[in-house]
Formats: sequence, structure tokens, C-alpha cells
Amino acid sequence: MTRNVVAAGFGGQGVMLLGQILALAATQKQLNATWLPSYGPEQRGGTANCTVVVSDEEIGSPVVDKPMYVVIMNNPSMEKFEKMVEPNGTVILNSTLITLEPKRNDVNYLKVPANELAEQAGSQRSANMVMLGVIGWLWKDIFTLEELEQAVVEKVGDKRPQLVETNKKAIELGYEFAKNLI
Amino acid sequence: MSERILMKGNEAVGEAAVRAGCRLYFGYPITPASEIAEYMAYRLPQVGGIFIQAESELAASNMVYGAAAAGKYAMTASSSPGISLMQEALSYMAGAEVPSLFVDAVRGGPGLGDIQAAQSDYFQLTKGGGHGDYHLIVFAPYTIQEVINIMPIAFETAFKYRNPVVVAIDGLIGQMMEAVEFPYFVNPDEIALPDWALSGKFRHGNKKNVNTSLELDPEKLEVINWRLQAKYHEIEEKESRYDYVGVDNPETLVVAYGTVARVTMSALKKMLGEGKSIGLFRPITIWPFPGKALAQKAANAKRIVTLEMSAGQMIEDVKLSVFDPNKEYEFHGHPGGTTFTPSEIEQILRG
Repeated sequence: MTRNVVAAGFGGQGVMLLGQILALAATQKQLNATWLPSYGPEQRGGTANCTVVVSDEEIGSPVVDKPMYVVIMNNPSMEKFEKMVEPNGTVILNSTLITLEPKRNDVNYLKVPANELAEQAGSQRSANMVMLGVIGWLWKDIFTLEELEQAVVEKVGDKRPQLVETNKKAIELGYEFAKNLI
Repeated sequence: MSERILMKGNEAVGEAAVRAGCRLYFGYPITPASEIAEYMAYRLPQVGGIFIQAESELAASNMVYGAAAAGKYAMTASSSPGISLMQEALSYMAGAEVPSLFVDAVRGGPGLGDIQAAQSDYFQLTKGGGHGDYHLIVFAPYTIQEVINIMPIAFETAFKYRNPVVVAIDGLIGQMMEAVEFPYFVNPDEIALPDWALSGKFRHGNKKNVNTSLELDPEKLEVINWRLQAKYHEIEEKESRYDYVGVDNPETLVVAYGTVARVTMSALKKMLGEGKSIGLFRPITIWPFPGKALAQKAANAKRIVTLEMSAGQMIEDVKLSVFDPNKEYEFHGHPGGTTFTPSEIEQILRG
């Protein structure tokens, strides 16, 4: 079993954190995991991104040019990453912010109103956690919702209980949304 | 088994050095190596070590020289332009036979270049780099776990041969995170102080130690140089390391190290699964270059493909080692900070 995902968005939308939490949750399940960030000038122009590979085998390349999954948080990332997804792959897009129309007919699109759901959870800043919940449902054979939530607490700490609650709620809303959609 | 944790490459470099017994770090920040210094500034005070932020690369590298001359594990880390500035100290240490550890997170050059992953400092690292007839021992790990596994070996090898060692990574290995474990923790108090160490003469009886590269008598200097060369030959015989994945006697032999080797693994495994006659030869030490082992693996190969994130540097050692003009040598490179992708390598290997 090997899965990979590229998460892309504006700096500040939390795509790096989203990827780190996935890699952390996989590490805690005794799986192999790599997290590869874009850094430096690659990030200019609104496409900060990271690549996560999770596997029960030794991981070959941490660089992935045809990802199985992409999480896209904004229009510039849509332009850059929609075309990269492998055929039959899955594009998880933030329909609150992305106005570009999907262009491919050989991939699956999941339109997630991430900012709206995050707002419901308590803060728009948790839009990345909504997306984490969506992947949580898609990768439910790897880790449970509780394990993902635990990884979030481990990563961001529990010093601000309200933030922990908001994040948990956002993950659950994303998870439920994906469950009802698929 | 030790605990598996998710860790950034640069931080793993620092933790591995601490666990290998290093308590002395002298650094000057540079992207993409800065987190090594940052981690050591946080970590060394916890274990009674010393971190000094130097005023320049020159100062940092010469502080390493001084600390290492006292017989202790000392290190610094930088990236290509910074390592260029450290060449003087490296040459002096090679001449004075003072062992130390330098980490080079190689980035695109020449000059200031960029800050992305590259392998274009192969010549500088493996052929001496500074002035004089000398070699550095250069490890080129390809995963964060291998960085961790190599760190104690790197220090031990440096001290065994009294020679500076470089662990060459790149921006990609430094910046990425991976699930890793640290299977060792060396107590620095249990590392014996070498008898050449400058530690106060009474510690070695009444023996006076001098660690210098200066010898003004040319005949004596020639003797010293031949002795150094004999040492380098011994290192070439005993310390070259490599890994090989593939069929015995492949028709197509791929040669790559570090990040490029890792990216190659994906395409290689796919093609091995299809029954293709292919193999990947991966030097783990790029000096000494594992030339004899490479020549053996290449014996029946028709096509030898060298992949590097440079305009073609290691390929010279590949050709020198295989030494067969009837073979087909192919080079593909990415100079300047861009990285091979798995699909690109697959396409290259399928010809």
C-alpha cells in the first residue's frame, strides 16, 4: 500500500501543516512517511505546497510528479496542480475560493466548501483541517478519525483548548462531508 | 527498538551528531542548512555541549579546527557558497591531520546560485577543494535514516584516519521530513582522547603535541605528502561504500547518489518488476569512490547511465573506474536546483 498527496494553497492556508499531520499520523501507525515541502522562491505566486507519501514499504522517491490525490486551496494552485494528477486520481478542491472550472474528464473532483465548513466549526482558519477530514475519510483504511485528531493535538499542542475543539470540529465536518458525497 | 519519529532532515543531522558524541558546534547560517545550526543551538545546551554562532564561515570553520585539534568531536554545517569559504580551513586540517565533520547541504551554483537541491559541488568535495594534495572523506546519504545511520561512522572514520569528513546532503534532504529512528546514543565521555590531542602536555606524560600543516623544509614536506598519499590509498582500499539494487550483471547500469538515487528507486523497482535487466549502483561514499565495485557491476553492461543534479561531474569517476571505451555512456543532468521527477527517470531508463 502506497498513497501520495500534494496539498497546495496560499501561504497561511495551512497546507504545510495539513501534510505534516498526515505524515505524523502515518508514522504513529508504524508506517513509512515522507513530507516534502516547497521552499524558497517556489512558493511565490500563491502555490505553497507539500508532497506526502505514506507506505507500508520502503519509500522510493519523495518527489511525486503524478500524485494520486491533490488538495487544492486556491485558484493559482488549481492552475498548477490540476494537470499533474494521475489519470483516475482525485482532486479535492476548495469550492469556497476556487472559481476556475475543472478542466479534466479523467479524474475525480471532490468540491469541498472548506472555508464555509471551517466557519461552521468556529474559524475559517481551520479550512485545512476540513480538508484533513476529507482525506481522513478517503484514507480510512490507514487511520481512524480519532488517530488523525490525536496527531493534530500532538502537532499543534493543546494549550488553547478552544483551538483544539475548533480543529476537531472542522476535521469531523470534512469527514462527514466526504462520507455523504461518496 | 527505538521510537520512530517524524523529523526534518536538517534537525536529524543535528540530533544524529549529538547522539554520535558531538558536543561542539560552530556555525554560520545559510539556506538550506540553517536549521542544523538552529537545532544545535537548542539541543547542545541540554547535553552540556557548546554552540557558537560565529561571525562568518571562515571563523566557524577555524573554530572547528581549534576544537578538533584538542581531540574532540567538533562540527559545522553550511551550504555550497559557505563551504567554498571554508576550503582554507579544510585544507589546513587535512594538512595538520585534524579530524572534523562538515555537513554540506548542497545548493545550486556557481556563485550565489539558488537555494534548491543540487549536486554540483561533487568536484569541490571529492577532488580536494582547497589547495594542496589532499582528499576529504565524503559520505553522500540518500535518505534521512541513512544520514542518521552514517553520522557515528563519519565521526569514527574521521578520527580513525585523522582526516576531515564531509556529509554531503542537499536542500531536499535537509528540508523534508521522514519517519526515522535513532538506534544509538554515544556517551562522549567514553570516547578516548587521542594521543595527538592538544590537551595540556601532562595528560600525555611529558609529550608535546603540535598539530600544524606548516613545514618549511621542502624535503620534509615531500615526505609528509607521500605519507598522506599512502593514507588516502588505504582509505580508498578500506572505506569505500556503495549500495546496489538490481539484477546480477545488468544490461543497463544506472549510477546515481543521494537524492537522485532515491528518486531513481521508484522507476527502478517498477522496471525490475517487469523483468528488465537493470540495476542501480549507488555510491554512499563519493570519495573514496567505490570504483572497483562499480567496474565489477558494469562488467556485462552495454549501457551505463549516470544521473546527477549537475552538468556532469561524477560521470568522470564512472568512466575512469569502468575504463572501457566500448560501452555506451549516457549522462542526464539537472544543473541549477531543479530535481529529476520519477516519470522523467522512467522515460530516460526506458531509452
